[in-house]
Amino acid sequence: MARAGLWAALGLLALPVLAGLAGVIAPAFGYLPALGGTELSLDPWRGLLGWGGLGHAMRLSVTTGVLSTALSLAMTFLIVAAWQGTRSFAWVTRALAPMLALPHAAAAFGLAFLIAPSGWIARALSPWATGWDRPPDLLIVNDPLGLALVAGLVVKEVPFLLLMTLAALPQADSLRSQMIARGLGYGRVMGWMKVVAPRVYAQIRLPVYAVLAYSMSVVDVALILGPTRPPTLAVQILEWTNHPDLRLRFQAAAGACLQLLLVVGALALWRLAERLVARRGAGWAAGGARGVGADRVLRPVGAGVALAIGLAVGLGLAGLLVWSFAGLWRFPALWPDAWGLRNWAGQSDMLARRIWQSAAIALGASVIALTLSVAALQTQGARPARIMGLIYLPLIVPQIAFLPGLASFALILGLDGTLGTVMAVHLVFVLPYVYLVLADPWRAWDARAGLVAASLGARPLRVLWAVRLPMLLRALCVAFAVGFATSIAQYLPTLLIGAGRVGTVTTEAVALASSANRRLIGVWAVVQMALPMAVFATCLTLPALIWRNRQGMRIG
Amino acid sequence: MSLRLENLIILRDGAPMVALDRTVAPGEVLSVMGPSGCGKSTLLACLAGALPPVFQARGRVWLDGREITDLPSHARRLGMLFQDDILFPHLSVAGNLGFGLARGVRDRAGAIEDALREAGLAGMGARDPATLSGGQRARVALMRTLLSAPRGLLLDEAFSKLDTELRAQMRGFVFGRARAHGLPVVMVTHDIEDARAAGGPVVDVMGRVL
Repeated sequence: MARAGLWAALGLLALPVLAGLAGVIAPAFGYLPALGGTELSLDPWRGLLGWGGLGHAMRLSVTTGVLSTALSLAMTFLIVAAWQGTRSFAWVTRALAPMLALPHAAAAFGLAFLIAPSGWIARALSPWATGWDRPPDLLIVNDPLGLALVAGLVVKEVPFLLLMTLAALPQADSLRSQMIARGLGYGRVMGWMKVVAPRVYAQIRLPVYAVLAYSMSVVDVALILGPTRPPTLAVQILEWTNHPDLRLRFQAAAGACLQLLLVVGALALWRLAERLVARRGAGWAAGGARGVGADRVLRPVGAGVALAIGLAVGLGLAGLLVWSFAGLWRFPALWPDAWGLRNWAGQSDMLARRIWQSAAIALGASVIALTLSVAALQTQGARPARIMGLIYLPLIVPQIAFLPGLASFALILGLDGTLGTVMAVHLVFVLPYVYLVLADPWRAWDARAGLVAASLGARPLRVLWAVRLPMLLRALCVAFAVGFATSIAQYLPTLLIGAGRVGTVTTEAVALASSANRRLIGVWAVVQMALPMAVFATCLTLPALIWRNRQGMRIG
Repeated sequence: MSLRLENLIILRDGAPMVALDRTVAPGEVLSVMGPSGCGKSTLLACLAGALPPVFQARGRVWLDGREITDLPSHARRLGMLFQDDILFPHLSVAGNLGFGLARGVRDRAGAIEDALREAGLAGMGARDPATLSGGQRARVALMRTLLSAPRGLLLDEAFSKLDTELRAQMRGFVFGRARAHGLPVVMVTHDIEDARAAGGPVVDVMGRVL
């Protein structure tokens, strides 16, 4: 039975991706009988190449994706190198986990509200420093270079990569290595970069690839912060997919293929760059430069980066909250002139419906993902099966490249627009995260407890239910919370598979992106962030409450 | 009750690392000694039915005249004690004892209370195991094992984490109970004092008498 769980999990991950890709490649070459495409042709590609913005959109995807990934990685390493082992570092790491529960879109809205010409930063500096008594006509959000988009991605990816790095540090033997390097006279940052970084990077390589693929093809963040004329390739593909002119679907499919090629190409180049850096880095490390003086500059910079990200997210969320209760709010006043519940009251029916649907989908997907993960882990014993590398497939193949194909299949089978189908597609993205979060604590569990239980006469199923699962309750709760948050954050799967009949707080919030209604965006973005946060808080409290009389169940 | 290791050989990459052919009588302690890494713990894992897949075992194991060579761990009825007590941290002291107590015992609370008294822990059933002293925890672990009505005991360096005084006490307690219940015991240890206190035969992993 457990073995079946492993295969179910893998099938669940690989099949939708492959089917979805097939469902995109066929129409890219003109084949989609449902829309009258019965002959192979290159017309979709001609249409795609004929679009004037193509070169620009492709360039944007690559530059914003690569830039945000490289920046996130560099910032992550700098923060860890400069501050690992200090008390403030321990504090920062504790603040990280909840940030992971924050949906990308909510963080992006928060950042947009902060840096917009009428945002808090401009208000704080006006009119005394800037002379503005009305919001300046500047394109800060949605700037043509995509810098706001890069910033929005960085504030979310740095916490993610930091968590991945923290998990990798013990295996990289970081503390002792760093101590040796320090003993040899190396500065903090230099020592860490030369000794620990290469080993840590080898461990977080797949998450980095996932970040690169995601950043190049993200849709919701790009709709909120990204350039508009032309937008990034992924956004343009979505526009064609949803266009009333159904013939543009073929062009969208060709675009999706191109997006996939772009991501594959960027990943290949990234790999090549890895080799180059590794070769150069080996010489650099052997060169013996101690870099003691560099710490004086780099440590404050690392602290500044961490602080800036924390402030960007924290103030952004606060801004959303304030806007959601704001009545009249004149520029450059720092606070609204009037407060009220009107923004909320006007949305109450819709809020209730969307919250219920979001929670039902997230709950179902997370519970199924948790069950499958336990079954898959139970099968593998102490060693992870190599085949589990497939778990990263849905995280590396861009959503925009295979979800339209999956949506076509759902449409043909008449399964689109139902809660169950949307939940199933969410599961494809929830399962990898749940599995990855659960895998480490699952393997770290002392197997002797299981052996003792068995020697006392407990059958394997009883060992699982009565010993292993209760002992791992905290990890199970965290994995559930991460799964829930992942589901809430999904935009494209809900949009494409939900077919307008199933919607979540996220589709509702992102749909408002192009509107100028800050109060409404505030309401929906606050709900979008509060829902996973509430579940996360509950999931952290629950085990502590259940095991309040059990010291052995506390962490650390 | 006796435990028979019949030409038991454990191979790693085709090379034998453990080879024993012995019978352990009821109440007798077979001490297996050797430096760390020699395969002592592998022997116990094999007897418990949890041999890691990198090893292969040949030969047969009999307990009480019943062959247990291929039985799963939970069906062997061999109790295990490690150097750590491995009390289940999510259960109370009584919960741990109850986990061990065989199904079908009618007065469960009474049996648990008796066991607590026998271990000098009367009235401590509701306690969190983490709040007990090391010696108390070790005794709970032993009583938990005995309540499961084992037919034999496997001790994996069971006394090595206790301080000297407690160690002597605990040895006396464990060996005394084993004798009283007539249980054959296989103990692996690197401490000659353990082996002396046990009083039984002392061998290395290849079966040579020391």
